[in-house]
Amino acid sequence: MAIFYILLLFMIIAAIIAIETKNLLSSVICIGALGFGASLMFLFLRAPDIAITQIVVEVLGLIILIRATISRDLTFITGDKEFFGTVISVVIIFVIFLAGVKVFETLPDFGTAIFTEAPDAASQTYISKGLHDTGAANIVASVILDYRAYDTLGEATVLFTSIIGATVILRKKAKKLLEDPE
Amino acid sequence: MKGMTIIVKTVSSWIKVLIVLFGIYIILFGHLTPGGGFAGGVILASSYLLLMLAFGREFVQKDLPLALDSKLDCLGALLFAMIAVLGLVLCDKIFFANFLYQKYLPGQPFNLISAGTIPFSNIAIGLKVGASLFLVIFLLSTFRRDTSA
Repeated sequence: MAIFYILLLFMIIAAIIAIETKNLLSSVICIGALGFGASLMFLFLRAPDIAITQIVVEVLGLIILIRATISRDLTFITGDKEFFGTVISVVIIFVIFLAGVKVFETLPDFGTAIFTEAPDAASQTYISKGLHDTGAANIVASVILDYRAYDTLGEATVLFTSIIGATVILRKKAKKLLEDPE
Repeated sequence: MKGMTIIVKTVSSWIKVLIVLFGIYIILFGHLTPGGGFAGGVILASSYLLLMLAFGREFVQKDLPLALDSKLDCLGALLFAMIAVLGLVLCDKIFFANFLYQKYLPGQPFNLISAGTIPFSNIAIGLKVGASLFLVIFLLSTFRRDTSA
């Protein structure tokens, strides 16, 4: 269990640095370190699929996206904070903290598989019959592409629609720039 | 955008092959080992984005034009929907039925050719995610440069 606390400390330090640093690119790299810690944590909790997705999206995707889209470090947030807004946000954070303490008291210990306590859970069926029903050795693949393939189709449709929207909005300027580059 | 120094260009032109190979491995073995279409597709897209960062936009544009990229995106989505509809047609009128595993090609578990339609779905999703992610980041970068310049 000690490894989880070390990772949590690492992630908290990375998050604080990401908030406090002035340079946008180093802030994004700190977010990548945070994602790397989360990915290691998934790996130690025996979820390699989600660990691979986490490291690919948060570390590779985010950093490369930001590096490719910003041209220089341009965001500096300056100005004084208003007193009233600060009080409101502190109160809201305190309320969420109290609710979070109440909720986390009901959870089982960190790292225990929750479905082992419910013998008739749906996951038991997937684990015991997945190989026989679908022939896939990776149970996660058999769930997302066979049992719950409808969800994956919906997810792919959402991605497709958002890409169409982004393309329609951005296409004209990109085309103009490609015909007449800089 | 002229690209970076010659050190970055040389190293990224070597590394790119390994990244593409790793992405294809993650996609093809998605039904046996951790990974799958989504993660592999993002890895494929990130290899092209690495090329774009190192060599500049025009180089990548010659290698993978925008029109071809959006066609690949649509092809991935269409393949995935085709697999679903084929299950509806060929196997007891069940949408997304794993018709290959149940009727035509059972295969041995733990082999590369197994699990029926799952590898094909992985390939379709990998194509779709890779093409669309590359497309949207490419467009965002050109748009950003246009407004800030």
